[in-house]
Amino acid sequence: MQLEDPRIIEFDVRTDEMLVNMGPQHPSTHGVLRLLLRTDGEVIHEVTPYIGYLHRCAEKIGENLSPPQWIPYTDRMDYLAGMNMNLGFALTIEKLMGIEVPEKAMVLRVIIAELGRVASHLVGMGAYGLDLGSFSPFLYAFREREIILDLFEEVCGARLTYSYFTPGGATHDLPEKITIPPGLAQLTGRKADMTLSWMEACTMFLDWMTPRIKEYHTLLTRNAIFIKRTAGIGVMPRDMAINYGCTGPVLRGSGVDHDLRRDGEPIYTRMYQGYDYEVPVAPFKDAPSEAILGDNWCRFYVRMMEVVQAIKLIRQAMAKYPAAKGDYRVPFRMGTKLPNDETYLETECPRGQMGFYVVGDGDAEPFRARAKSSCFCNLSVTGPLCQGVLIADIPAIVGSLDIVMGEIDR
Amino acid sequence: MKVSEVHALLLERFGASAIVALQEATKDPWIEVAASNIADVCQFLHDDPRTEFDALNDLCGADYLETDAKKKNPCAPHVEVVYHLYSYTHKHWAKLKVKVPRWQGDMTGELPEVPSVSHVWAIADWHEREAFDLVGITFTGHPNLRRILCPEDWEGHPLRKDYAFPLEYHGIRGK
Repeated sequence: MQLEDPRIIEFDVRTDEMLVNMGPQHPSTHGVLRLLLRTDGEVIHEVTPYIGYLHRCAEKIGENLSPPQWIPYTDRMDYLAGMNMNLGFALTIEKLMGIEVPEKAMVLRVIIAELGRVASHLVGMGAYGLDLGSFSPFLYAFREREIILDLFEEVCGARLTYSYFTPGGATHDLPEKITIPPGLAQLTGRKADMTLSWMEACTMFLDWMTPRIKEYHTLLTRNAIFIKRTAGIGVMPRDMAINYGCTGPVLRGSGVDHDLRRDGEPIYTRMYQGYDYEVPVAPFKDAPSEAILGDNWCRFYVRMMEVVQAIKLIRQAMAKYPAAKGDYRVPFRMGTKLPNDETYLETECPRGQMGFYVVGDGDAEPFRARAKSSCFCNLSVTGPLCQGVLIADIPAIVGSLDIVMGEIDR
Repeated sequence: MKVSEVHALLLERFGASAIVALQEATKDPWIEVAASNIADVCQFLHDDPRTEFDALNDLCGADYLETDAKKKNPCAPHVEVVYHLYSYTHKHWAKLKVKVPRWQGDMTGELPEVPSVSHVWAIADWHEREAFDLVGITFTGHPNLRRILCPEDWEGHPLRKDYAFPLEYHGIRGK
């Protein structure tokens, strides 16, 4: 039975309003987020998010560190997409100082940043299934992500907080010879001591993973229960998404065709020139009939489609890499003085547009280092989005925004 | 539309007393707006079909106070609010700045006041709360100006350059 107004469920029996704290320790709030719910029975009248539990004064710390020293702090903001955060800040410094990055470094950045996007969206998909009570997609997502983390470990030595992209390029080149990641050997039936180049291992992983995406769709996207929980719920119209500063998959799920890889500033878009890829935007032709433009399902499906496009980009970039000119970096000395100028740059991170605003004053340390968080803006829409829904829909709506508290609180 | 064209448009509409300056010798050119006019200017930029800045990418505060006495070119002490605007219709951007004294009427502790733009863009609500919390700027007309990242009973505004870290907070020792 479809009810137009969920409040009718209460059958005109007025109950007292109740204040319920959801979080900060709650498994479905993706970290330390506290939602104060004003409920009438099962129906939500008002949601007020309380944030700041993970505030680490990253911006104040940034005023006392030179850019290469602040790179590790950007990792710890969005810890599920550290590579993309490094890239955003490195590009901002390059824009401020006018550093030209060689072609090889740009291709390398596309490979790694898109691989990071795949890893991040896998967690997004798995955790969203978990929020809605479906456990197995989470296991598959982490099995795949594990191999990506192994590949990152071979590149830079770290598995979560990489500090890999620095102003001027990256810290290391792709390794020539590696031992096959254990997970990959097991899944593809190779010997555990097999040695191969990093790019061969990455290709092997992509070849193995591409057909698996269909399985995720069977497990989750087309699952009848999943569709019931997501389609038509948490509908965010186009104007609301723009007004609340939503970006990334949340914005594209509301039907705004905007991706900074294509529409951003030249310093960022030139990295992605000459590649054949699409920007997935809702509405989708193959959406279930219950789906409405801007609902939970659309936001989720944009992410799933982005994984396919990211894999396409990685393959093209790896084909370009051997012939790419120049080195994987240009040197950037530790104590390099920043010019007396300021700049702002946004890049397309998996969760939305991450912006860095840096003011230099002639010292090595910036005068002001500001990180504009994409999840911060995406979360601000929860209040109006959750009015009149049922309590059980809150995890579905918050999960579909795919927030990381480390980035919101900085 | 380039920032210089936006500037010309604003100058024609609001006059030189409201649109203070245009800085073009920088990476991202910016327009300085008088604090008392910022809400009207933003509303105009948001509504006018020629500009149609329907999105506010970022709003942040910055405290300009040189604490290093040996610095050759110290900046004049002031507090800035920086607005990064974007239009999804025209795919252009603009950067606005408001400069106010560090303390209202030179009374240390009295926060400077800037009109709120939260009625123009809904996201400004949270960004202004953050700027109030960390930099210490009062946004007049804001519906709910509370701290957002720091605890409600926190004292001081951490991104102020002369901020002193507390030695004790609810029994937790600092430094």
